[in-house]
Amino acid sequence: MSEFKQTFNSSLGKKLIMALTGLFLCTFLIVHLGGNLLLFSDDDGYGFNMYANFLTHFPPIEVVAYLLYLCILVHAVYSLILTIQNRKARPVSYAAVNKSRASWSSKNMGLLGSILLLFIVIHMSDFWFSYKYSHKIGFKEYRTDLATGKTTSVDYVPASADFEKSASTENNIEIVRVKDLHARVASSFSNLLYVVFYVIAMGAVAFHLLHGFQSAFRTLGWVHRKYTPVVCFIGTWLFAVIIPLGFAAMPVVYYIQSLNK
Amino acid sequence: MSTNNNMNLTLKVWRQKNAETRGAFVTYKAEGISPDMSFLEMLDVVNESLIHKQDEPIHFDHDCREGICGMCSLYINGHPHGPKNAITTCQLHMRTFHDGETIVIEPWRAAAFPVIKDLAVDRSAFDRIQQAGGFVSVNTGGVPDANEIAIPKVIADEAFNSATCIGCGACVAACKNASAMLFVSAKVTQLGMLPQGQPERYSRVQAMVAQMDAEGFGSCTNTGACEAECPKEIKMTNISRMNNDYFSAKLFREEAMHEHAASGE
Amino acid sequence: MSLLDAKIPAGPLAEKWSKHKFNLKLVNPANKRKYDIIVVGTGLAGASAAASLAELGYNVKAFCFQDSPRRAHSIAAQGGINAAKNYQNDGDSVYRLFYDTIKGGDYRAREGNVYRLAEVSVNIIDQCVAQGVPFAREYGGLLDNRSFGGSQVSRTFYARGQTGQQLLLGAYSALNRQIHLGKVKMYTRSEMLDVVIADGHAKGIVTRNLINGNIDTHTGHAVLLCTGGYGNVFYLSTNAAGSNVTAAWRAHKRGAFFANPCYTQIHPTCIPVTGDHQSKLTLMSESLRNDGRVWAPKTVEIAEQLRKGTIKADQVKEDDRDYFLERKYPSFGNLVPRDVASRNAKEMVDDKRGVGASGFAVFLDFADAIHRLGKDAVAAKYGNLFDMYYQITDEDPYKQPMRIYPAVHYTMGGLWVDYNLSTNIPGLYALGECNFSDHGANRLGASALMQGLADGYFVIPYTLGDYLATIGPKPVDAKHPAFEKTKQDTINLINTLLSMKGTKTVNEYHRDLGHIMWEYCGMARTEEGLTKAKGLIKALREDFWKNAIVVGANEEVNASLEKAGRVADFLELGELMVDDALMRRESCGGHFRLESQTPEGEALRDDDNFAFVAAWEYKGDNQPEVLNKEILDFEFVHLTQRSYK
Ligand SMILES: Cc1cc2nc3c(=O)[nH]c(=O)nc-3n(C[C@H](O)[C@H](O)[C@H](O)COP(=O)(O)OP(=O)(O)OC[C@H]3O[C@@H](n4cnc5c(N)ncnc54)[C@H](O)[C@@H]3O)c2cc1C
Ligand code: HEM
Ligand code: SF4
Ligand code: FES
Repeated sequence: MSEFKQTFNSSLGKKLIMALTGLFLCTFLIVHLGGNLLLFSDDDGYGFNMYANFLTHFPPIEVVAYLLYLCILVHAVYSLILTIQNRKARPVSYAAVNKSRASWSSKNMGLLGSILLLFIVIHMSDFWFSYKYSHKIGFKEYRTDLATGKTTSVDYVPASADFEKSASTENNIEIVRVKDLHARVASSFSNLLYVVFYVIAMGAVAFHLLHGFQSAFRTLGWVHRKYTPVVCFIGTWLFAVIIPLGFAAMPVVYYIQSLNK
Repeated sequence: MSTNNNMNLTLKVWRQKNAETRGAFVTYKAEGISPDMSFLEMLDVVNESLIHKQDEPIHFDHDCREGICGMCSLYINGHPHGPKNAITTCQLHMRTFHDGETIVIEPWRAAAFPVIKDLAVDRSAFDRIQQAGGFVSVNTGGVPDANEIAIPKVIADEAFNSATCIGCGACVAACKNASAMLFVSAKVTQLGMLPQGQPERYSRVQAMVAQMDAEGFGSCTNTGACEAECPKEIKMTNISRMNNDYFSAKLFREEAMHEHAASGE
Repeated sequence: MSLLDAKIPAGPLAEKWSKHKFNLKLVNPANKRKYDIIVVGTGLAGASAAASLAELGYNVKAFCFQDSPRRAHSIAAQGGINAAKNYQNDGDSVYRLFYDTIKGGDYRAREGNVYRLAEVSVNIIDQCVAQGVPFAREYGGLLDNRSFGGSQVSRTFYARGQTGQQLLLGAYSALNRQIHLGKVKMYTRSEMLDVVIADGHAKGIVTRNLINGNIDTHTGHAVLLCTGGYGNVFYLSTNAAGSNVTAAWRAHKRGAFFANPCYTQIHPTCIPVTGDHQSKLTLMSESLRNDGRVWAPKTVEIAEQLRKGTIKADQVKEDDRDYFLERKYPSFGNLVPRDVASRNAKEMVDDKRGVGASGFAVFLDFADAIHRLGKDAVAAKYGNLFDMYYQITDEDPYKQPMRIYPAVHYTMGGLWVDYNLSTNIPGLYALGECNFSDHGANRLGASALMQGLADGYFVIPYTLGDYLATIGPKPVDAKHPAFEKTKQDTINLINTLLSMKGTKTVNEYHRDLGHIMWEYCGMARTEEGLTKAKGLIKALREDFWKNAIVVGANEEVNASLEKAGRVADFLELGELMVDDALMRRESCGGHFRLESQTPEGEALRDDDNFAFVAAWEYKGDNQPEVLNKEILDFEFVHLTQRSYK
């Protein structure tokens, strides 16, 4: 056991933890983005709300979610430990700014990560926490005519305080009542400041992962003449461009839509 | 060949009496500097004039003055070994600078490299890391004929690339974390790639990393500043190779674990 | 004057060493740890000796003045290391290596020593490969070789242009292993300033800690000096800035004989001097002569235009070029030994056919090689040297030929040692370039690395045991008055130096000395010039003690003080070199007396009168040194006029 402890207390061990947690977070980003794309479907939030409900109520996903929170925590704590150690390794700093060739993002992982942490806290308390533990979010009732396939929706006020979700079929009409996170999202994204913060945070994701994704592979010791360029390609295009753009597009689109209302 | 395009420069130099006292920048004029001089020869000129005034010369480490001993250091205008790539300070020539320029000269900065005097630092941490395991345990005599082990040329060449490290410490100086990973990994990789280094491959990496950590170097964020400043162009690939060996040793290789346990570490 | 006995074992050449090894006394393994051995210097000779002795079980204390043993100047050797492996099947053998070395040294080396060197050369390569030294290899995975000056076989093992570095890092790793095991105690940034002789035996040294100025004494049953060469007496040389003669010289002043001081090697292919500011000269490895062709313009007029820069080298027509080495030495061509190549370059310059702004250079041209092999192949072989040249001169050698000129490179002279590497003081040994060694009057390329490692790995581990077994393992008496006395002498010298507050810097004295040595005791020497030099050096030395400036205090890092001590020693050594050169009224190898040359201008030996090693004995300050001779017996080779035609 002490062998194990020693491994993870070494500088390389700590980096291993950073890399593994970081990569886990990366896989989550893909799933998360996939779900969020439902925001773009023109169904008055039906799909999105069902997805949100699924995420919070399907037990295996809940387990993964807790793992995810743990990863964020561990990643953040280890980044703090490493940053402190790295500062200690250079007690007197240079007078002339270092001009060595190295990417900006690689030199600012701590700053970018801190923005991310702030974002995650706000983001989670706004949506996840309110969704799960507060009564601030209303409900919606979707009625789908199974003959025509048309869906209409109205706000719904549940009778009991611990109502979560219901689904039934009456006269060939499917009635689904779920928490209306979608409305909450739409209202949040009509606030310009909020949207700007989101976009900045996604910029931070982009730069954090522009360096971080390929860096994790280096840390793990996986470099290869053939595959490392592939990793860099994925890191750049998927994680530093497509994913952040996808996430940032939602608040922007919702904001523009809110202007037209 | 003394040209009339000689330069006048302003130097801001870190002066510090010894490890215990605090240092500060002192400004000097370097006048009539020929572009053909090396950077150290420029400092020689300044020092000669200081000695003529019975002042103490600026102390800096140097020896071979041809880029191979690794003794010279100097952090010049934000770059270890100055602004040019793939050379040491002693190979830097004044033609790189222009007349009237101000040059800021600092020692390597790292907790593991305490200042000895002015611009000279103590790099014995590097020696201790090598002592921890940077060798193949063979005694003199009793070894097989040199051509008994054939080594593919690509492997030999790659090991050679790693072996060219001169132990100057520019990688540490350049790294925002003052990490010594490039230096350590260069040795680990050289021996780890060659057949001669196999028997101790996994114990070596553990011992050297442990010593590196004990010396108080920072960790690696893979920024690549080390690679950019290394006068011998040692590649960061070495770092990944070392990580791989280290994790194999620690997490997967049973024999390495036994060995480690046996050595009582 | 007395005759010296080199203790060369009798018998057939090939059996001398093995018989000798058998006759040497052994130290009981259990007793080895009762002996302390001091090794000064951690270059190839020192590091290999320290590691090997520690492996045997002795306690070793090793010293160097740099911040790490890895930085000894052996690190700078570029071209390669010879060994009679005959891997190329081109007719090499131990005997041929022996013969080439004796001949290359112009018959001024000992047969016994040189044969042993050739014999153990093969073990060196095995040892280094086992340590992980990445020598160049062929596609089949086996070791590659290149040819070097003075031989017609390919026996030089190399690691690109960084052979010395790789060999030293190998020896350094062996040393590190012993440091780790606690068998070697390493003292870095420590300068040995004197050797302690107690009751006629070397029993310790006095050192100055270069960080805090502490003057310490260290005891040992034997002291090994592995402190490198003294080429820096010329101020400009290919040696490192810190290379010095202090350790050897102070031992000399305590009684160790100094042999053949005037034998200096001037290396033909160095980057020429650009100005007064120059602090060192950079070697361009001799291996370049494998593919580079040396030439000078045929006429003074063309040379003039090249000097002014009105035309460039590649514009000189083939017919206007004089490939003088190929012309004069058709069979060896560009690969003649160093002394020959250097003298010929000097001749061109004296003939006003030199090139470069100063006129002190000839060309080393790769155009043919690039044409024949392709730029990539040339880059793979010499890339780092080309880069080095470019950094220094700002000229691209892929496009224009290199400008080269000879520079001081190696000193064949050094402390006199017998076959056991023992100086005339019992317990005091000298290894590597520090001893007067096996190279006679001229060292062949790639032989110094071989000799340093032979001494350290394969000779001293045997011969030292014999002495140690004789004196027995009782602890060295640290209270012997010699320790305190020697320490006090050192402190007095330091105080004298620190009190010097004159007007001229130590470096200026050094540069002046260098000018004198280069002018009168360099590539061509005459009775008249040498006599003049003697007076000049004497005057310079007297002036030094009156007018030099040394700043700072002892109790701190003080480069000014370090340098002052070293220059003081060079000022004395310089005079001895001149004396030696004056005494040796013949030309041999690197020692070229204008009065003694063949009609073709080659070095003309005088074997009847000068086939001896000149071992000089110190007799006190300002006293003339006394010459002791060791007669060189040649039983196996026939002395001939060297010819590389
Ligand atoms: C540029 C260059 C290229 C060369 N190329 C080749 C080549 O290709 N092939 C070849 O065979 N030879 C070559 N040589 C020659 C060869 O490198 C040297 O002769 C050889 O390496 C000397 O080794 P050494 O161990 O005797 O001394 P060095 O390596 O010079 O070591 C001297 C040691 O002594 C220590 N020391 C000195 N004085 C003191 C003191 N007072 N107190 C404490 N420590 C002291 C130093 O710190 C150092 O550790 C070359 C030489 C030069 C300069
Ligand atoms: C909680 C907020 C976060 C903080 C404070 C943070 C901080 C950091 C820091 C400082 C590093 C560099 C560590 C080092 O090299 O020593 C890093 C690396 C990394 N981070 Fe984050 N991060 C955070 C969130 C994230 C998120 C959300 C992701 C992914 C979606 C992520 C992915 C990565 C990756 C892949 C690395 C590279 C690991 C390596 O260098 O081996 N991080 N993080
Ligand atoms: S890796 Fe490069 S920068 Fe670091 S010590 Fe070695 S040569 Fe210097
Ligand atoms: S002085 Fe040796 S590398 Fe610069």
